[in-house]
Amino acid sequence: MRSIQQLLMEHPFFAGLDDSTVSMLVGCSRNVHFRPGEYLFYEGEPADRFFVVRRGRVALDVHVLGQAEQIIDTLDEGEVVGWSWLVPPYRWFFDARAMQDVSAVAVDATCLRDKCDEDPALGYLMMQRVAQVMYHRLQSARVRLLDLYGADRAG
Amino acid sequence: MPAEVSVAPVAAPIPDAWLPRPFRVVATRRDTHDTATLELEALDGDGLAFTPGQFTMLSAFGIGEVPISISGDPARPDRLVHTIRDVGGVTQALCAAQPGDVLGVRGPLGVGWGVPDAKGGDLVIVAGGIGLAPLRPAVLAVLAARQDFGRVHVLYGARTADDVLFVDDLAAWASAADVQVTVDRALRSWAGRVGLVTELIPRASFDPARTLALVCGPEVMMRYVAAALIARGLPPDRIRLSLERNMRCGIGLCGHCQLREYLICVDGPVLPLDAVQPLLGVREL
Repeated sequence: MRSIQQLLMEHPFFAGLDDSTVSMLVGCSRNVHFRPGEYLFYEGEPADRFFVVRRGRVALDVHVLGQAEQIIDTLDEGEVVGWSWLVPPYRWFFDARAMQDVSAVAVDATCLRDKCDEDPALGYLMMQRVAQVMYHRLQSARVRLLDLYGADRAG
Repeated sequence: MPAEVSVAPVAAPIPDAWLPRPFRVVATRRDTHDTATLELEALDGDGLAFTPGQFTMLSAFGIGEVPISISGDPARPDRLVHTIRDVGGVTQALCAAQPGDVLGVRGPLGVGWGVPDAKGGDLVIVAGGIGLAPLRPAVLAVLAARQDFGRVHVLYGARTADDVLFVDDLAAWASAADVQVTVDRALRSWAGRVGLVTELIPRASFDPARTLALVCGPEVMMRYVAAALIARGLPPDRIRLSLERNMRCGIGLCGHCQLREYLICVDGPVLPLDAVQPLLGVREL
């Protein structure tokens, strides 16, 4: 069985971090599992952790009054769920639901924020990584706003 | 250095190139709310041999003629298949065609995907929306000679689950290729991925040095897909796009589909990225 240190080092989000940095993060992390249909978190709850997905698929759901529940994004193995832990007011903006059996490492946000405050180099490193995730999600959302596959081609 | 794409010489009228051959609709299928597939047989019984990526000028008599990619099996020239999205008067008439109706066909026309160029290496096929239709013959040709190719990925993006084309085909292809489907947004009942088709590219396993990529979809999507493929190390001359312009004659005479030095109907519709990359960002083109 792999240790949390190994699991973190193998995950793309932490790729390239040195052993000592990952060791610092291990103290804030634990292994978690979700069955299909279970929620990782709900909209409006405190964003007190984030998840690095090792296996399975997670849906980000949004409820719109009077409409069917929509999935606005899915996150698979190798991706990260949640960045609200980094930005006040530290509340989840969407629901996160396991679509399959999901194995992840949950990283405690308060613990990690404290370590980042103590060690600005670590804080900068984490901010760079989260910014990369945010950048890709923002680009994805922007391009999808274009409604690319609309009725503009005769076929 | 830009690719050397042979530009067709000034076209001379081809005998009968303007004359549609009559084909009878023998089967129809409603694929999505705005897309239908027609199966056609030539009244003269000769069939229509084609290479994947080619198109025909398809006419609804008395209404008009439009370019439509062939979506059928190249091993079945006896059965011409077109998948058509209803986006205007002519395509609406074509989508409404019923078995027994007779349509006009000119073609096959244009330059196809060049699927044999991928033999011995990996193949990445990226489609968006109705763009899967011109790629379907390429997938069928590859799967018919599966042993000739390395890893084969079919990456497909659609607007919603209800807009996914060739659902049965995608499931069948998954036994011989890596097939990934993603949609822009979905209801909770959807079990697949939600996100951009470009996000599937970093996850695909292929050797960039010996990979050919075939891409078809809205032009904006193709730009982003091309950028993602280049980021994976694919050289632009190994990325082929199917371009769509306003084709009228289909035989290089009228110039309606001109993209600077290219007449898309005869030099394309499939062109390598390095040939057209500088042109794709030019707004007036």
